[in-house]
Amino acid sequence: MDWTQHLLVVPILLPLVTGAALLLVDETRHTLKATVSLASMLLLLGVAMKLMGMADGAPGGSGALSSSYAVANWPAPFAIVLVLDRLSALMLALAAVIALASLVFSLARWHRAGPHFHTLFQLLLMGLGGAFLTGDLFNLFVFFEVTLAASYGLLLHGSGVFRVRSGLHYISINLAASLLFLIGVSLIYGVTGTLNMADLAARLPAIPAEDRMLLQAGAAVLGIAFLVKAAMWPLGFWLPSAYMAAAAPIAAIFVVLTKVGVYALLRLSLLLFGSPAGELTGFGGTALLWGGIATLVFATSGVLASQAMGRLAGYSVLISSGTLLAAVGMGDATVVSGALFYLVSSTISTAAFFMLIELVERAREPGADLLAVTLEAYGEEGDGAKEHEDEEVGAAMPGALAVLGICFGCIALLLAGLPPLSGFIAKFAMLTGMLNLDGLGAPSEIPVRTWLLVALVILSGLAALVAMMRTGIRTFWAPLESIVPRVLVVEVAPILALLALCLAMTVGGGAMISYTDAAARSLHDPASYIQGVLGTGMTGSNVR
Amino acid sequence: MELTLAIAIGVLTGSGVWLVLRPRTYQLVIGLSLLSYAVNLFIFSMGRLRVGAAPLLGADGTGNPSNYADPVPQALVLTAIVIGFATTALLLVVLLVSRGLTGSDHVDGRESR
Repeated sequence: MDWTQHLLVVPILLPLVTGAALLLVDETRHTLKATVSLASMLLLLGVAMKLMGMADGAPGGSGALSSSYAVANWPAPFAIVLVLDRLSALMLALAAVIALASLVFSLARWHRAGPHFHTLFQLLLMGLGGAFLTGDLFNLFVFFEVTLAASYGLLLHGSGVFRVRSGLHYISINLAASLLFLIGVSLIYGVTGTLNMADLAARLPAIPAEDRMLLQAGAAVLGIAFLVKAAMWPLGFWLPSAYMAAAAPIAAIFVVLTKVGVYALLRLSLLLFGSPAGELTGFGGTALLWGGIATLVFATSGVLASQAMGRLAGYSVLISSGTLLAAVGMGDATVVSGALFYLVSSTISTAAFFMLIELVERAREPGADLLAVTLEAYGEEGDGAKEHEDEEVGAAMPGALAVLGICFGCIALLLAGLPPLSGFIAKFAMLTGMLNLDGLGAPSEIPVRTWLLVALVILSGLAALVAMMRTGIRTFWAPLESIVPRVLVVEVAPILALLALCLAMTVGGGAMISYTDAAARSLHDPASYIQGVLGTGMTGSNVR
Repeated sequence: MELTLAIAIGVLTGSGVWLVLRPRTYQLVIGLSLLSYAVNLFIFSMGRLRVGAAPLLGADGTGNPSNYADPVPQALVLTAIVIGFATTALLLVVLLVSRGLTGSDHVDGRESR
């Protein structure tokens, strides 16, 4: 066994060990804690990059699975396996990037706002890493719970009435969803007798007809648990207020949490109900598609109606979820490839947005949002205000505000999906897949729901643009007396880095698309996943 | 035995769902606890109900595979109990903090009018 195979377990063990070790360090030693946490995070990012390289360089053609790791060296169907393929490597790298950015951001202020910030943060990453890597359904539940338990603590970080209240809602909803998760998993176990995802997929076609309904019920209940996490309408009303209540760096990492639900749906629906599943092929696809469409409608109106920036960002997360769920529901490899690109791009931009909001809001008086919208609604633009604005023309924009304004503009472009940045490429790739433009010259019938989805994806971008422009004008151009916010380099740097990453994704769009294409193709080829997991489990690890 | 267990799970679930939908935080906690008991029993029943059956084969490798109690759901229940217990304890703390900060035991932190 090659030593690189052991890297698969690092994304779980490294944060666990770091988090546990940080518990022992006294709370007052902030510098030491931050250094250890940062070092571990950099190491994790390095490992995630290496894993992504391993996944991409998988032997045996583009469709094959890269590797599976039998924990404790028990063969696959009987014990827990970790599975690495392009999708999980991509999610892992995404989580590591966002986590590093939020951690650096939090070093300015937030990591001192309450006890055990770094430990909770590391444990959150452990849960994320585990959820992305595991090849076992119940193990997925455990890592979901690890992630959630850490997120409960992080949401409450910094305390305050608002955080506690939305924390209470967040915890209750997630506890209820976890119970649904358990019901779904146990129903599936009761019918198939296995929890290993690959083994499950292999056994599904042979399920007798009388048991099929129970299995569908189990899969549907499990799906609802994931959809609560991915915040599909009508299961996602908790999201905007919870994310708004969380401290900025924590809201940024929470953006990845909704993507865990999307990841699980993507993985399981294509693996279990992909092409060879016989009667069960495509189960749940229609529900996901319409659910995604409903989420898009709800989130688009939410974006337009938002007065506070935090809420606007929360609804942007919902737009991203809705688009992704609908794309997963379409179940087409080209659409999924575009959706993966969109997933990365939208996650990075909303995470950067959450961090930017805190910096921008330092420049505003409390209540300014409400006042602005009221003014807009009643058209009460007094002459005095106009004169005052005239006087300000020509005054140099302060440096900090300029940087923040540019960042804000970039994020608006990313969220709206306008050309220069990666948001455009992502949406373009998805729409190309939806309208089946690859087969130009062979016009095929495009169903109404696809047109609806295409229109909504574009409309949601327009709504995001309108809302962002309104907020931007109110924040950067219109304030009567501009307060220059005190912004530290360590706070702007992660935002700039994330935006630079989006720029890099635009420039290197070809390489990225070919990666997501290969990821989508291997997702649509469950046989190679099954063979990869059960094959290596039976032979590879037993050689020694 | 199947009927008793099914009724027990049903009653627990029904009471749990009703309590979760109530406005008081205490009712919420009790409701979630009842629901998790119901779910634990449900997981257990998914390994089929058997009386007096061994969970594993004998030491000499003998045993009747058609009459053995599936150990996997029991392990799952154990994990679910531990996780449910920990998260409920956490919820209790948040509940107390919310009661202290808002002065109300309503889930929204204030009485609905």
